[in-house]
Amino acid sequence: MGLRTLSVNEQVALLFVIMFGVLVLAWVIWFALSLRDMGEAAQQRHGRFARDLRAVWIGAMLFWFAWMSGPVGATLLFGIVSFLALREFITLMHTRRGDHRGLLLAFFVVLPLQFVLAGGRWFDLFTVFIPVYVFLAIPVVSALAGDPGRFLERNAKIQWGIMVCVYGLSHAPALLILEFPGYAGRGAFLLFFLVIVTASAQIAQEAASRWLRTRPAARHIDRSFSARAWWLGVASAALIGGAMYWVTPFKPLQALALAALAAGAGTLGELVMRALKRDAGVASWGHASALTGAVGLLDRIAPLAFSAPIFFHLTRWYFDV
Amino acid sequence: MTRADAFGFLLAFVARLITGAQGHWKGCPPKAEQRIYFANHQSHFDWVLIWAALPSELRASTRPIAARDYWTATPFKHWITREVFHAVYVSRQRTDEQDPLEPLIDALTHGDSLVIFPEGTRSAKPEPLPFKSGLYHLAMQFPQIQLIPAWIDNVQRVMPKGEVVPVPILCTVTFGAPLARIEGEDKREFLERARDAVLAQRPAVA
Repeated sequence: MGLRTLSVNEQVALLFVIMFGVLVLAWVIWFALSLRDMGEAAQQRHGRFARDLRAVWIGAMLFWFAWMSGPVGATLLFGIVSFLALREFITLMHTRRGDHRGLLLAFFVVLPLQFVLAGGRWFDLFTVFIPVYVFLAIPVVSALAGDPGRFLERNAKIQWGIMVCVYGLSHAPALLILEFPGYAGRGAFLLFFLVIVTASAQIAQEAASRWLRTRPAARHIDRSFSARAWWLGVASAALIGGAMYWVTPFKPLQALALAALAAGAGTLGELVMRALKRDAGVASWGHASALTGAVGLLDRIAPLAFSAPIFFHLTRWYFDV
Repeated sequence: MTRADAFGFLLAFVARLITGAQGHWKGCPPKAEQRIYFANHQSHFDWVLIWAALPSELRASTRPIAARDYWTATPFKHWITREVFHAVYVSRQRTDEQDPLEPLIDALTHGDSLVIFPEGTRSAKPEPLPFKSGLYHLAMQFPQIQLIPAWIDNVQRVMPKGEVVPVPILCTVTFGAPLARIEGEDKREFLERARDAVLAQRPAVA
């Protein structure tokens, strides 16, 4: 087909056409299926699929808008997503009065600054800003509030929320605008690669655990997580990533290895988030009393929040960009 | 669009951004009929939250109650309560010749809906304080107006007493079924029942 002969813009356009084409196809299939008579269980599965499909649609639209609107727009869009995710996270943590100033700092200073650093491509400071500087700033503000009760626990929760929802997610726009020599303007593919790899690992792991029915590795946290299912998830993500090497600046084996690492990080990150939810006593993020029973934003993006920083760091370190 | 409308629109947007301001209409649909909403009171933010949770077409005819001495003290406070929220002003000092409920009765006669916080003050306790009797008198004088209990959840974490900048945390307002009047019930029983109705809307803790 001569993909390499197309201009960058045409390649990116093709990527979006294919992506939305697949989504439309999935939607048409879903619609055709909904015309049939279904039993109770099938209907439930059908409804769940519709919900997941809608989430993928929203994600795809977000991705598209982010790409269309350039570095500033992309940073802003992911900044808003990060804000909403952090809001969900903090809602479920039991904060106290003394945390008020620390939380204001997190939401209104740290979050915007981190995304400004990403948008401005100041990647050296971007990488250490939260783990080094904010790590000190939040407990200082908290200590000045004068409440020693559960001090470590409260600060750990806020720092964790920032690490996942702000630090992790800020790597998505950073990938979009990362400049590879000889790969200018193709950042969309890099983020696309990461999202596809992370999502396919999750799906493959879920399918594998259903099919294998092996003993869960941590029954009290996640009934479907087992070592063998995890390996299968990582392996299939690696194969898919390897097969997609031509959209990335990587060679086939490099793409395979990076896909495996990012996918492994994403699925393990999901396990960690599940443990957090168990700790907080909820089935999903978002509001506990939500009538719709829909899962929260954080459930959808948590794996990405863990895989993006690792993927970003490995890419920059190995390729020295 | 007037300046007040634009400001109200902006304020509702900010309230939604900060808290989600989700209205859960469990016991009744949001409808343009005359109502008295009564809710628990934990923060200055309570009113804004209820107001933002209402559909925009109901906001203009649903009015809060504001203490005259505090909310008319500066031009801005006066403007925001009068033009944006259409507040009903009451004076906190009791005088002999005036019934403190009179402005509320006027508003109800005029056909507006009201939001009242029958505890009378903000409380930091998890359970609401005993209700003041104003709700009872209004309920008896206007038997045709629906009484809707509401529970505002989580808002004390958004803006604790003494802070001015709100922290983004998700909040909900749950509206219950209209409270029925029972023939021959006395004031104390009615107020206790009303308080229970508000408490019953509290979402179950996971």
